[in-house]
Amino acid sequence: MVTGASSGIGQVIAIECAKMGANIIATGRNEERLNETLNQLEGSGHQMIIADMSVQEDINALVEQCPVLDGLVHNAGTAVGKPASYVKLEDLQYVYQTNVYGVALLTKGLLRKKKMAKGSSIVFNSSISTYISAAGWSVYASSKAAINAYMRTCALELGTKGIRCNSVVPGMVETDIINSLFFTDEGNQSSMDQYPLGRYGKPADIAYGIIYLLSDASTWVTGTELVIDGGRMLK
Amino acid sequence: MELTKFIENFAGEFDHTDASVFTADTVYHNLDEWSSLIAMCIASMVEDEYDVVLKGDDIRNARTIGDLFNTVKAKM
Repeated sequence: MVTGASSGIGQVIAIECAKMGANIIATGRNEERLNETLNQLEGSGHQMIIADMSVQEDINALVEQCPVLDGLVHNAGTAVGKPASYVKLEDLQYVYQTNVYGVALLTKGLLRKKKMAKGSSIVFNSSISTYISAAGWSVYASSKAAINAYMRTCALELGTKGIRCNSVVPGMVETDIINSLFFTDEGNQSSMDQYPLGRYGKPADIAYGIIYLLSDASTWVTGTELVIDGGRMLK
Repeated sequence: MELTKFIENFAGEFDHTDASVFTADTVYHNLDEWSSLIAMCIASMVEDEYDVVLKGDDIRNARTIGDLFNTVKAKM
């Protein structure tokens, strides 16, 4: 199951996992775009379930409808960019509702209903912003830091069930929203200059790391954070 | 929505640039203190004060403070 599978990184995760033979359950808010994802998946047996990770009823319905899972990618996420001096309660609620509460509540629902198989893997999509601060992203960065701490606790609790939990920690990835992140051309260029490999990531760069953590190639890996950042953390 | 008040709010996001520098014709991209953080502060100020959400392109494409005032006004 991939949350936030209707666009950006989530869509590519679904596509790449299907190429590796997975039966995908793609979830997201937008039916039309989810259909676009579904149409691009190789193989058969895939399905989509419309669900908004910020709505408890949707999470409940998703848990009820889905089969027992071998892998789960908590990819759905959102962001608000504004300086700390302007952050409002509504901004915190908006970001945390999807990035933190939705992740915790979906995980809880799946575990309570025994929808995570023994030997399954849960991957959380975090962010390099938890380690490298960027002015204006306090709400987003703190929500992703929360996810890493949540992931480690889950890894500890679920080890005896044979369920693994890990995060990917991506640097800047080229998606449709990238233009909205920068308010000056100089800001965009100076950000890219910080990447030793000379470019931002592509969604597939992140998907491949997630596939590793989902697969049996990582059966003795749990509680880790896989940084995929083109070397950004070196600077 | 008044231009004078908008310029005053705009100037309020700067810490080291004299208030007298800010007029409707000021090309804000050329100010020494201009940065991506100040741009983000301007966008946040506009959202708070005028209930208008500016995109990165809005701030990049406007040249002067007066231009940005017109962009905000058009979105109200």
